[in-house]
Amino acid sequence: MESASETVATRTSPARPRRRFNPDRLIAIAMIIPSIVAIAVFVYGFIGWTGFISLTKWADLLPDYRWNGLENYRRLFMDDERFQQSLLNNALFTVFFIGACLGLGLLLAVVLDRKLRAEGLFRTIFLFPMAVSFIVTGVVWRWILNPGTANQAQGVNLLFDQMGLGFLKWDWFLDNQWGILAVVLAAVWQMAGYTMAMFLAGLRAIPDDLREAARVDGATEGQVLWHITLPLLKPIVVSTVIILGHISLKIFDLTSAMKVGGAAKPGDVPGFYMYETTFRGNYFARGAAIAIIMLVFVATLIIPYLISTFRAEAEA
Amino acid sequence: MSYSKRWHKVLALLTILLVLAACGSEAATTAPATSAPATGGDATAAPATASGKLEVFSWWTTGGEAAGLAALTDIFKTTDPNVEFVNSAVAGGAGSDAKAVLKTRMLGGDPPDLFQVHMGHELIDTWVVPGQMEPLDDLYTSEGWDKSFPQGVLDIVSHDGHYWSVPANIHRANVLWYNKKVFTDNGLTAPATFAEFFTVAEALQAKGITPLALGDSGSWAAGHLFETVLLGTLGAEAYEGLWTGTTPWTDPKVTEALENFKKMLTFVNTDHGALSWDQANDLVIQGKAGMTIMGDWVDADNLAKKFTDSGAVASPGTAGIYDALSDTFGIPKGAKNPDAARAFLKLVGSQQGQDAFNPVKGSIPARIDAGQGNYTEYLKSAMAEWKTATIVPSVVHGAAAKEGWATAYIDAVAGFVANQDVAKTQSQFQQACVDAGICK
Repeated sequence: MESASETVATRTSPARPRRRFNPDRLIAIAMIIPSIVAIAVFVYGFIGWTGFISLTKWADLLPDYRWNGLENYRRLFMDDERFQQSLLNNALFTVFFIGACLGLGLLLAVVLDRKLRAEGLFRTIFLFPMAVSFIVTGVVWRWILNPGTANQAQGVNLLFDQMGLGFLKWDWFLDNQWGILAVVLAAVWQMAGYTMAMFLAGLRAIPDDLREAARVDGATEGQVLWHITLPLLKPIVVSTVIILGHISLKIFDLTSAMKVGGAAKPGDVPGFYMYETTFRGNYFARGAAIAIIMLVFVATLIIPYLISTFRAEAEA
Repeated sequence: MSYSKRWHKVLALLTILLVLAACGSEAATTAPATSAPATGGDATAAPATASGKLEVFSWWTTGGEAAGLAALTDIFKTTDPNVEFVNSAVAGGAGSDAKAVLKTRMLGGDPPDLFQVHMGHELIDTWVVPGQMEPLDDLYTSEGWDKSFPQGVLDIVSHDGHYWSVPANIHRANVLWYNKKVFTDNGLTAPATFAEFFTVAEALQAKGITPLALGDSGSWAAGHLFETVLLGTLGAEAYEGLWTGTTPWTDPKVTEALENFKKMLTFVNTDHGALSWDQANDLVIQGKAGMTIMGDWVDADNLAKKFTDSGAVASPGTAGIYDALSDTFGIPKGAKNPDAARAFLKLVGSQQGQDAFNPVKGSIPARIDAGQGNYTEYLKSAMAEWKTATIVPSVVHGAAAKEGWATAYIDAVAGFVANQDVAKTQSQFQQACVDAGICK
C-alpha cells in the first residue's frame, strides 16, 4: 500500500528523475547485484547446464554433447529397474520418516508443554541428536542394527536375545523389502527432536486465553488439544513437512554411511544412484537426468507453499 | 509486522530451494576440462635430480597398502631428497570413492602429478582414449622395462603403440581361502571343481559351520565372487571372450554359471550384506566359516591378523588360470611436476622398488626378474604360478571392461544376489554388453 501511494506521488512530482536515482536506491541495487549475478550463474546457470547435459549422450569421461532428446528420462522411467526401485525406496522413506517425526515430535512437545520439571534438560536431550551429522548417525546405527547371523546375533538383536525377546529379531537394513525402515529409524532418531522444538515453539505461541476459554466452556483436555491446539499448529506442520521433506527427498549421506545404497539394496535412493552412475559408471547424462528429476520433486514440494504464501500476502 | 515476517519466511524458503538446487547441480559443476597445456615430453631437458612437490594420488590408506606406499616413499626420500612427497590418498575399498574424487579433479583441471589406476580398460578407456595421459615410452626404453615386464602385462598397459602406466604389482582375484584346521578336523580337502566345492560345503553345513564367507556390503565383492564363478564355468578363453564379444552373454554356459552361483549363495553367511571382505575373512580366521573366495590381498590381511592356518587354492574350476589385476601409476596431462613424477615412476618400476613394495602390500611383483625379499609362502607359490598360468583380466578390478560396463555388471550381480532370477540377470548382462558397444 505504501509503495503504491509513493508511485502516485512520484508520478505527479516534478522531482521524479532525482527520486529514481536516489543514492539509497543505487546503493541498494549495487549491494544486491553481486549476489544476483552469483546466484544466476552458480545456481540457475548450473541447473540449466545440468538440464542440458541430461538431454545429451554424455556417457564417458569426456563430454559428448550430441542431442539425445528425452531418451535418458525415458530409459530411467521405462527400463531402469534400479532407478524405479530407488524412487520407491525414497517414497517409502519419505512417508515413514515424515510421519514418524511429526507423530513423535508432537507427542514429545505436548508432554514437555505440561510445565514439566527439568523441561530444559529434556529439551536439550531430545534436541541433541541434531547436533551430529547424518554420517555419524549412519555409522553408529549401522553398528547398532547390524543383525549378525541366525546363531550369532549382534547389536539390537543380541539385546533382544538376552531379554528373551528373540521373536523381535529382524534383519534390519538387510531386509530386501522393508530394510529402508531401519534407515528411517536412524533418521527419526536424529530429526524427531527438531520437530519437537518446532512444535514446542508453536504451542507456546498459542495464547493461553484461547485454551482457558475452551476449558471454561467445559471442554476436556483432549478436546482442547484436538479442536484448539492442533488447528492452530497447522502452519508449523506445513513448515515442518517442507523442511523434513526436502531432507528426505535428497537423502544421501545417511544411506551412504549405513552402506545400504547400491543396486538391489533396500536403501538405494536416487541420490546414491546418481552418484554411482555418474562418478563410477561415467554416465554423466544419466546422472544429470536423475539430478533434474530430484530437483523437480523438491520443487513440487516447495513451490506450492511459496505460491500460497505469496497469495496470502497479496490478500493482506 | 506480519508483512515483513512473511517476507522473511519466503526468503528463508527461497534460500533452502537454492541450496537444494546447488546440491542438485553437483554433476554439472564438473564442466568440461580445460585441458592444460601439455607439460610432459620434456624429460630430456630434465635436470639430473628432480625437485619441488610431488603429489601422488591413490586409495592406499590402510594396512599393507599404506605400508607398501610408505616403503616406496622411504626409498624415494634417499634417491631424490629434493622432492617433497605429498600423499593424496582417498580411503575406500577398491578405490570406489577415490576414483570419483580423481574424476572431478581431472575434469576440473587440477590433476595430481601421478595417480593410481588399475591396468586394462580402466586405464585405457577412461583416461588414455580421451587423451588425459602422458605417454611413457621414453621411460620404458631408458629403464629397459619392455624386457623386464612380461608380454601379457606390456600388452595391457599399452595402447596405440605407446606405454601409458607403470605396474607396481600383480594381484590374483580367483583364490579360495580356507581354514586348514577346520578342514583337517572334518576330514576335508580343498575343492578344485564345483562338484567338490558343493560336497565340501554340504559337509561343513552339516557341522554347523558356514561353508562360504561373503562380505558384500560393497557390491563389488559379489561381482568379484561371480567373476570367479564365470571363469570357473566357462574357462579362460570363453571368459575372456565375454569382454571382447567373441562369447555371447546369452550362451548357455553363462546360464550354468548363474546356476552355480545361485547354489553357492545357499551356503553363504546370512549377514553377508552387512560385512566387508575382511570381516568375511574374520569368519574364516575364527573358524566360524570354512572358506572365502577373494583376491590374494587376503594374504596380507591374514599376515596382519597373525593367522597362519590359512590355505589357498585356485577357486573352483580355475586351476592354472590367473585372474589378474594390477595397480599401476601414470602421469596425467597437466601434471605440475612431471620430472619428479618420472623419478618416482623409475623407482616404482625398478627391481628394488618392486621388492620393497610387494612383500608389504601382499602382492607379487610385475617384473619377471624381481621376487627377492621377505615374501610369504603364499606369494612365493603365486610367483611360481604367475610364470606358467594363463592370464585373464579381472572385470571388477578394472582390467577387462570399461568402467560403465563393469558398474552395470556389478549392479546386475547385486540384483541377482537379491532376487536370484537367472533369466532376468542374464538379459541384464546382455543389455550391459550392448550398452558398452561390444555386443549387438
